Amino acid sequence: MEFEDFAPKLTMLLYGVIGFVVVIGGLLLLLDVVPNFFARRREAALIAASVSTSDAPAAPLSRRLRKPREGLLGLAFLLPAILLLLIGLVIPAIRTIILSLFNGDSSEFVGLRNYGWIFQENDIIRVLLNTLGWVVLVPLLATTVGLLYAVLVDRARFESVAKSLIFLPMAISFVGAGIIWKFIYAYRGEGDQIGLLNALWVSVGGSPQQWLLDPPFNSFLLIVVMVWIQAGFAMVILSAAIKAIPADIVEAARLDGVTSWQMFWRVTLPSIRPSLIVVVVTITIATLKVFDIVRTMTNGNYDTNVVALEMYNQAFRYQENGQGSALAVFLFILVIPIVIFQIRNLRRSREV
Amino acid sequence: MAVSTRPRQALVLATTLALALSAAACSGDSGDGDSSGSNSSPECAAFDKYSGSNGTTVSIYSSIRDAEADLLEESWKSFEDCTGITIEYEGSGEFEAQLPVKVDGGNAPDIAFVPQPGLLKRFADAGKLKEASADTKAMAEANYPKEWLDYATVGGKFYGAPFGSNVKSFVWYSPKLFAEKGWKVPTTWDEMTALSDTIAAAGIKPWCAGIESGDATGWPATDWIEDVMLRDAGADVYDQWVEHTIPFNDPKVVSAVDRVGKILKDPKYVNGGFGDVKSIATTSFQEAGTPILENKCAMYRMASFYANQWPEGTKVAEDGDTFAFYLPAVDPAKGKPVLGGGEFTAAFADRPEVQKVQTYLASGEAANTRAKLGNWVSANNKLEIANVGNPIDKLAVEILQDKSAVFRFDGSDLMPAAVGAGTFWKGMVDWINGKSTTEVLGQIEGSWPK
Repeated sequence: MEFEDFAPKLTMLLYGVIGFVVVIGGLLLLLDVVPNFFARRREAALIAASVSTSDAPAAPLSRRLRKPREGLLGLAFLLPAILLLLIGLVIPAIRTIILSLFNGDSSEFVGLRNYGWIFQENDIIRVLLNTLGWVVLVPLLATTVGLLYAVLVDRARFESVAKSLIFLPMAISFVGAGIIWKFIYAYRGEGDQIGLLNALWVSVGGSPQQWLLDPPFNSFLLIVVMVWIQAGFAMVILSAAIKAIPADIVEAARLDGVTSWQMFWRVTLPSIRPSLIVVVVTITIATLKVFDIVRTMTNGNYDTNVVALEMYNQAFRYQENGQGSALAVFLFILVIPIVIFQIRNLRRSREV
Repeated sequence: MAVSTRPRQALVLATTLALALSAAACSGDSGDGDSSGSNSSPECAAFDKYSGSNGTTVSIYSSIRDAEADLLEESWKSFEDCTGITIEYEGSGEFEAQLPVKVDGGNAPDIAFVPQPGLLKRFADAGKLKEASADTKAMAEANYPKEWLDYATVGGKFYGAPFGSNVKSFVWYSPKLFAEKGWKVPTTWDEMTALSDTIAAAGIKPWCAGIESGDATGWPATDWIEDVMLRDAGADVYDQWVEHTIPFNDPKVVSAVDRVGKILKDPKYVNGGFGDVKSIATTSFQEAGTPILENKCAMYRMASFYANQWPEGTKVAEDGDTFAFYLPAVDPAKGKPVLGGGEFTAAFADRPEVQKVQTYLASGEAANTRAKLGNWVSANNKLEIANVGNPIDKLAVEILQDKSAVFRFDGSDLMPAAVGAGTFWKGMVDWINGKSTTEVLGQIEGSWPK
């Protein structure tokens, strides 16, 4: 390969980097300059107001005058967000709901038939059960592991190193994690095992297993991957929450002579409850949407399929838009109660 | 500026290339290089009938990528230079999923190389495809067998000629091992079964198989079933099965699947170099044949394109490290069933230049030019075997042009995508993983779109 062969690609790369810098840099600059500009103007106005009119009745007047302009400013800031939300979320959601009432190529209205189909096919019921398993196990395991780790490592030596070790998997994409774990579960019929799990299994006297072939244990092995990724997230948030517990509470408890067991259940856990809920809710929603891990590792074969993957398959591979959309809407409905629960909790914690 | 310089450069390049290939038609001056494109130099004489669309652009979208795509673009270089039609080619690994998105989004390519007649029919039914011009149709009828053209005909309208093809009814083996042990290439199904037993008795697993293929896992097993359906039940029953006029779990289908099961699900026969029967599900089809080179397995049923999958330095020839024989018929009296595939050049636009490209792709020149560059097979009967480079492609072309051959298209590409690219693949994975034939076929039957 000559340099000339690479040159066009390098130029493209350069353009890409420049474009990236310009767009991101521009946005950052905008974020910095615009509020500063308004803040300075406001400051100037305030100073002018306080200098020129020190008598009382004028002040409410100027405040009343400023109000509509502030509303306009608020709207200007909201508009991009609303617009993007409309284009990216609201309109597609409405379209998906409409599509879910039509047949495969969206040419004929079929009412709720696609929703009936979800609960009729054995395959799809299997998919729903698997997703349920995921949603129960992943938040439970990931949060437990993260919490235990956060408590155990709190104020220990090398705390930051230990925490980074658990947090690192967060930086890996789901697909990357899927490929890594596919190697861990890999199987060779003859010769040396290249998979870690089989190598360990054989070294303690077992015969090599095809780990990913036997339901329901294979789904559990996939769940382990998700837990591996999400535990770090839980750990970081919960660790921060633990550190934020006021020292006087801890000290008072110590003076009262609590055991560390009591300390955990009576002091630590209630104090970090809001963070705990955030973590569980976030992981639950992420789990409902899980797609990459299953697609990378088993492609939904051997009874490991989940809703998000089946939705994609129906809509984009089998050209069954109606059934795919129905699954998407169903997934959406499953997420709603969790989101409502989350918002309620946020409100309650604010009121307290 | 750019318009006038590019054709000249390209012409020089094309001429050099043609010289290098010592093509017969190559001679004459390349000096005129006028920007009119449709020039009248001798090497362009063959393209006269496509002239008159100078300066136009035709976009082509297909699933062919990388090295194969480069050869493709090289093959129509002289067509572009002589006619002045620029072909903008794009290959995508997500072709099947992206094409409907492009078409529904009003961003359809001018021509798509569609490897699934089922997908072609869907677009034709939706009124998205343009009927092929009379020229294209005449060219296709002159060059391709009728059974091929039928796959691109929907509701009496013809939508595009085939282009590249592949033959799937091949069994790979090691000529060295066969010669050493005195085994003969079987010519009937019974001989093949007897040979399998002989090989198993010699302490070698006779068969290896692998059906893992990313998100398409399962397709190599569906090919197995289809190949045997053609042999066990015959072409007519095969057509009924594919069109769903008999149920997917008809007793004839059960019998064919069980015939495959006698090979793929027999632990005495599989899976050489990889493990037990279940290892077929997790072995990728690319690596599944490699134990043949280490004499760990003797036979591997896989299409002609597997020739490109062998490790570098492997000699693919009748006297080499590996070669393939035709998967024998159960009853030779019923003819020579051939399972294969190929792509059809369907058009989403009917501008004159698009029709010209479509006609050209159906021509003998297009097939021969592409074949000369290597690694390519077509059912085009103007394709001269001398132009086909490697032995396995030669064998494939011979089979395709054989008059006694009963050709049928890969059935899973004809079925609705929900089955052909969905439950059939998944069902075969379950079948290998231990589920019974009746259970799996019943499940697939239930998933057929109503």
